[in-house]
Amino acid sequence: MMTHIGILIETTADGIKPALNGVITAARGPEHKLYGLVFDGKSAAYKDELQAFGIHKIVDIQSDEGLLNWNPDCWARAMVDALDYFEIDTLFGLTSFQTKDVFPRIAALLDAPLLLDCIGVDLRTLTAEKSQFSGKTIATFKLGGTHYLFGIRPNVIDPQPSPVTAEVLSFKTKISEESLTVEAVKEDAGDAIDLAEAPIIIAGGRAMQNAGNFRILYECAQVLGAAVGASRVAVDAGWVPHSMQVGQTGTTVSPNLYIACGISGSVQHFAGMKTAQVIVAINTDPQAAMMQNCDYGIVGDLFDVIPILTRRLKSALNDK
Amino acid sequence: MNVYVCIKHVPDTAAKITIIDNNRIDEKVTFIINPYDENAIEAASGLKRHITDAEIIAVTVGKASAEATLRSALAMGADRGILIRCERNPDSLVTARAIKAAIERDGKPDIIFAGNESIDSEGFQTPFRLGVAFNFPVASNVVSFKLEDRRVTVESKMNAGEMAVIRMPLPCIVGAGKALNQPRYPTLPDIMKARKKPIQTIDLDRLNLPTAAGSIQIDKLRPAVDQRHAKIIEGPPEAAVTELIRLLKEETRVI
Ligand SMILES: Cc1cc2nc3c(=O)[nH]c(=O)nc-3n(C[C@H](O)[C@H](O)[C@H](O)COP(=O)(O)OP(=O)(O)OC[C@H]3O[C@@H](n4cnc5c(N)ncnc54)[C@H](O)[C@@H]3O)c2cc1C
Repeated sequence: MMTHIGILIETTADGIKPALNGVITAARGPEHKLYGLVFDGKSAAYKDELQAFGIHKIVDIQSDEGLLNWNPDCWARAMVDALDYFEIDTLFGLTSFQTKDVFPRIAALLDAPLLLDCIGVDLRTLTAEKSQFSGKTIATFKLGGTHYLFGIRPNVIDPQPSPVTAEVLSFKTKISEESLTVEAVKEDAGDAIDLAEAPIIIAGGRAMQNAGNFRILYECAQVLGAAVGASRVAVDAGWVPHSMQVGQTGTTVSPNLYIACGISGSVQHFAGMKTAQVIVAINTDPQAAMMQNCDYGIVGDLFDVIPILTRRLKSALNDK
Repeated sequence: MNVYVCIKHVPDTAAKITIIDNNRIDEKVTFIINPYDENAIEAASGLKRHITDAEIIAVTVGKASAEATLRSALAMGADRGILIRCERNPDSLVTARAIKAAIERDGKPDIIFAGNESIDSEGFQTPFRLGVAFNFPVASNVVSFKLEDRRVTVESKMNAGEMAVIRMPLPCIVGAGKALNQPRYPTLPDIMKARKKPIQTIDLDRLNLPTAAGSIQIDKLRPAVDQRHAKIIEGPPEAAVTELIRLLKEETRVI
C-alpha cells in the first residue's frame, strides 16, 4: 500500500533550506509518495530541486486570501487540513525553530505521537532514534496511533538525490479566527545564520575573554561560511546572546565540522554538539575534555592559532 | 489569579547514566528541577510582584521522589504544589492529560507556565498538548513576557535572525525559554519556608484519564558511544594549522 508522507518545506530568502535534503532522504521509501508542503507560494520555483530529491507532489498551501503569514496555530491547522485532504498520515520536517513551534501543535490536534530531533527513522517498524539524557543515551521509540510526526536533527542524514518527476498542486485551506496573533516579526541581530542548521560552526568559550574578541571567530566564520557558537560561560558573561549557546540548555547542533576554541568540553556542552561529524579543538590545555574527545586538536593559544587559520583558509579555499 | 507552573524532576546533567534492562535508566542518581522550569517559576514569581492576589501552584507528574523538585519550586516562589503520582514515566500524551485533569480539579487557571523543553527526554511538546486539552493558546520558546489588561505579549524565536511578537488573551500557556530571565536562587529562609508549604498528592491512576489516540514508548535504550580518537597536531602554530587544513580537506573532506 502507498504511504502518503508530507514534508514541511522550509524556505528562506535564499530558497529551500539546504539541510532539508537530508530530511527528504530520510522520508523516502519504495512505497512512499512524498508531498512537499510549501507556504511561501513559490512551489513552481522549487520544482527542480525537490524532484531531484524524490518529492512527487509539491503543494502550495494558501487560503482564499493568499499566502498564510507566519502564525503557528494557523499553519498547524492548515497542515492538519492538508493531511486530511491528501490522506497523509506521516509528517517529516527539519528540527528547526518553526518545526518545534508547529509540529507539536499538529501532534496535539491529532492526538498523535511526535518525535523531534530524530537521528534515524524506520517507518516499517514505526520506530525512531533520538538521544536523551544530555546525549548520554540513544533511545529507540515505538510510535502508536494513526498519524506520526518526525523532526529530523539537521545534518545527521546524508542527503542522496533520487530523481522523480514532480507535479505542482495548490491547496486552499479555510482560515479560522485564532486567539493567538502574531503582531510583528522583528529582526533579531546576532544570529543571522541558523546555528542548528549550519554545516560548519566555530565556537568560543571562556577563553574569548570579552565580546570584542569574538570578532576573530566571525572573521574565520566568514571565510568558512560558518556560524559562530559559544559556551554558556560566554553567554552568561554577556559577551554573546543566548541564541548562540551550544549545549544542554542551548542549541543542539550536528554540523559537519565543529571548531571549539577555548572550550573545556563540559558534559553539558558536549550534549549539544557530540554528534558533529568532525570536531576540532583549539586549547592551551592538552588535558581538557574537548582535546581528549575531538578528532583533531591543536594545543595552543587561540589568539595565535585562529588568525593564522583564517589567513590560511582564505588561500586554501580560494584555490580549490 | 491562578498561576500554574508545570515542572519536571529530571536527572542532573552531570549524572552518570546507567542503563537497566536495555530500556530504562538507573534512577539512583541526583535529580534536579528541569533548568527551563526555573525560568518558568521565575516568570510566575515576577507576576506575583505586580498582582497581589496571584497564587502560584507548581504541578508535576512523577514518582514520590519528585516531591524534592516541588520543594525547590516552592523555595523559588510557588505557594503550593501538586504531585501527580505515577510509578511509570508516562509519555507526553498522558502527561498533558494528567496535568489538565489535576489543574481542573484544583481551580480555574488564568495562566500556565512551563519550561520550553525538558532536558531528559527533550520532547518539546507537553505544553502544546496541554493547550489543545484546555483549548488555550500556547506560545513557546518565549524570551520576553508582558501581561497587561488580561492580554499577554511575548517574543518567541521564529527563525535565525527573526523574532515573532505574539499576543494571546488569558487564559493561555507560556513555554519559558532560557533567555526569558535569570532565575534567582532561593535563600536559606526561602528553603525553610518551602518545607511548610502544602503539597497535595494525587494518584495518576485515580484521575480516570481519557485514553489517547497515539503513544510514544521507549523500546530500547543504549549508551551513546562517542569515543573519538583524538589526533593532536604537533608543531608550531603555522605548521599545525597547515596540517589541520590538509586533514580537513583531504582526510575528512568537510571543507
Ligand atoms: C544545568 C546546566 C546546564 C548547562 N548548560 C550548558 C550549555 O548548554 N552549554 C554550555 O556550554 N555549558 C553549559 N553548562 C555549563 C558547563 O557546565 C560549563 O561550565 C561550561 O560549558 C564551561 O564553558 P567553557 O568551556 O567556555 O569554560 P571553561 O570550562 O572555563 O573552559 C575554558 C577553556 O579554555 C581554555 N583556554 C583558556 N585560555 C585559552 C587560550 N588563550 N587559548 C585556547 N584555550 C584557552 C582552558 O584550557 C579551558 O579548557 C551547564 C551547566 C549546568 C549545571
